[in-house]
Amino acid sequence: MKKNVTLSKEFLKGLWDINPVFRQALGLCPLLAVTVSAINGIAMGLASTFVLVSASLLISSIRKLIPPQVRIASFIVIIATFVTIVDLVMKAKFPDLSKELGPFIPLIVANCVILGRQEAFSSKNSPGRAVLDAFGIGFGFLIALFVLGSIREILGSRTILGFTVLPDSFEPWIVMILPAGAFLTLGILMGIANAYNIRKERIAKQTLMEKFKMAVAGRNVNQPEAK
Amino acid sequence: MKVYKIITTLSVIGLMSGGILSQLSNWASPLIEANRKAETERAIFLVQPGGKSYEMINVPGVELFKVFDENIASIGYAMVYNGNGYGGNIRIMAGISDDLKEVRAIEVLELAETPGLGTKITEEPFTTQFKGLTAYPSIELIKGAPPLKPNEVQSITGATISAKAVVDIINNGLRIVRNSVSEGSQ
Repeated sequence: MKKNVTLSKEFLKGLWDINPVFRQALGLCPLLAVTVSAINGIAMGLASTFVLVSASLLISSIRKLIPPQVRIASFIVIIATFVTIVDLVMKAKFPDLSKELGPFIPLIVANCVILGRQEAFSSKNSPGRAVLDAFGIGFGFLIALFVLGSIREILGSRTILGFTVLPDSFEPWIVMILPAGAFLTLGILMGIANAYNIRKERIAKQTLMEKFKMAVAGRNVNQPEAK
Repeated sequence: MKVYKIITTLSVIGLMSGGILSQLSNWASPLIEANRKAETERAIFLVQPGGKSYEMINVPGVELFKVFDENIASIGYAMVYNGNGYGGNIRIMAGISDDLKEVRAIEVLELAETPGLGTKITEEPFTTQFKGLTAYPSIELIKGAPPLKPNEVQSITGATISAKAVVDIINNGLRIVRNSVSEGSQ
């Protein structure tokens, strides 16, 4: 499987083109659950990115040693190890954050973004590319978590990262910090992302059509109907 | 041959994972224990503002601490008890006077209530009502009107179940403490 993808593209594709949340609709469970505030989103994003990058690096380095029959089992054990490391370190060093995120840190084990990247990318690519890809996907996930967390925090509690940004006269929308608010916000964001992509594709198609028409017209001019 | 490779790979990965994690756990568990202790300590001195030291008392069913001031004189108790709220378990620490008749302050340690509604049990003005509240024979929850008697607490609009849970938890915990302490003194 030879690919001619530049290294920067390997990183950047995760931010938008194959963004795990907006383009692949993966990892929605932690996304919906923890984005009550922007800081929770950032913490979850960083924890997931750490696990994703470490697992990708290790798995792509030993990818040729793992027999295909047990690759999923091996991936899960490796991912679970890194997740437990994150969980223990957070409990020891950041007890407040760990309490806030509750069971969702251990549940990163089951995050489909991470296992998905191992299966789709790390197990087939060199460690360098795998790490770049993991950082890209991880930051893509982090951005989605942060955007969703910020919107919900601003509308639901009038603050962002703990700073009050809306006046007292604004009545907080409690629905935004309830589970329903997560679904509403994510739905609207995905709608916007899809609308943007459809528009982009249409424009790309139109330019292609115009080029084609011009080419056809040009050929007609150059080569009058042969008879 | 192939089977052996499969078994070896999984075993090696499993062993390495176990080894790393046990090392890490050795490092982390004292820190985690210290965090938990610091949290309890902070809560005890929050509900018993004059407290300087404390010791744990063995009462079945309740976590009870006797709190002392700087002269090692007893100033009361700090009681941890839990019960069901609207969304799950609520765990509360309450500072209680020596005669077990007055609540000094409460601190919610754990909750799973609805954000913005049930979580008001951790905020003012609900928590301030428990400062110097008479808890004997029991605390009463009232709705709609400001409290008149010294053992009354006003409920929270939209979160009656959560507010009632707090009152019940303190009443139930106190009942257990009263029973065991009076038995112990006789």
